[in-house]
Amino acid sequence: MPEATAPTDDGSGVQIDLISGERMEGLASMEKIRIILDGVHDGNIVILEEGLTPEEESRLIEVTMAEIDPDGFNGIEIETYPQNDARDRSLLGRIMGQEDTAKLTVIGPANQIETLHKDETLISALVSRK
Amino acid sequence: MGLLTGLKASITRATDRLFSEEDPKRIGIYGPPNAGKTTLANRIARDWTGDAIGPESHVPHETRRARRKENVEIERNGKSVTIDVVDTPGVTTKVDYEEFLEFDMEEDDAVRRSREATEGVAEAMHWLREDVDGVIYVLDSTEDPFTQVNTMLVGIIESRDLPVLIFGNKIDLEESNIQRVTSAFPQHETVALSAKEGENMDEVYDKIAEYFG
Repeated sequence: MPEATAPTDDGSGVQIDLISGERMEGLASMEKIRIILDGVHDGNIVILEEGLTPEEESRLIEVTMAEIDPDGFNGIEIETYPQNDARDRSLLGRIMGQEDTAKLTVIGPANQIETLHKDETLISALVSRK
Repeated sequence: MGLLTGLKASITRATDRLFSEEDPKRIGIYGPPNAGKTTLANRIARDWTGDAIGPESHVPHETRRARRKENVEIERNGKSVTIDVVDTPGVTTKVDYEEFLEFDMEEDDAVRRSREATEGVAEAMHWLREDVDGVIYVLDSTEDPFTQVNTMLVGIIESRDLPVLIFGNKIDLEESNIQRVTSAFPQHETVALSAKEGENMDEVYDKIAEYFG
């Protein structure tokens, strides 16, 4: 699997990492959490094609709390579609073989991402630079 | 031989008694910061034991350690239900110490509070994974319940097959919208209440006895 190219962080933009379900498949929970939090620590917005299990979400909260530092990192903003999201029932979802648990998930640094609107089919977020 | 048989029988009776008497179920009070979890825990504890569990405050993250009140015996309809009430820190995915400065706190105190708050959230998550038998999920009915933390927490609770009651708190406030809370989690029973004013506590105790008894 090819590695992602090194970011060129000149402060002029926001890096967005769209991580496929395939890339996360087979990884241990902590490896997934590390990929997410390492990206977020770098100021990136991480978008997971298939999200995390409830157990992994629980551990993500715990690890995030352990890494909060008053001098810098103050946590994450995370958004997924509400339960029973429409995508899972859609024709495209069925064709793509997505399971009911698959849910697109957006995660970013709490001080850079603000959710403007969320419903069963739309997540609208405002992302700012560091 | 007869002596051995008698001894075996008495040990069996003793162990049967030991294990048939169930330990009280540990019921965790969960929810986002400032939903009124400690006010509810104190209300329950005061009503049935006469003691409080912890200090209440309008400043977020006042509860930064899980606190347990053991053997709270709730009597309903001639029966009694004994539970341990576990008041947990409010769960969030972010803690910014600058938030506390708005409450006239010195910077050192705000930083310390934020560090303790992060430890408290992690502790609450650990309790949820390992140590509670049921959950009362408390929401401030004046606030939007459709938040990611609420969605995730209820999802985590459901994934663990824990019995859960949703409590829409603060119905004494004008902005309260209990219908919004009910519609957020239609798969679960929602009870409206004001822990501060003691409104609708009869139904609260009926439901606790029904779900966790």
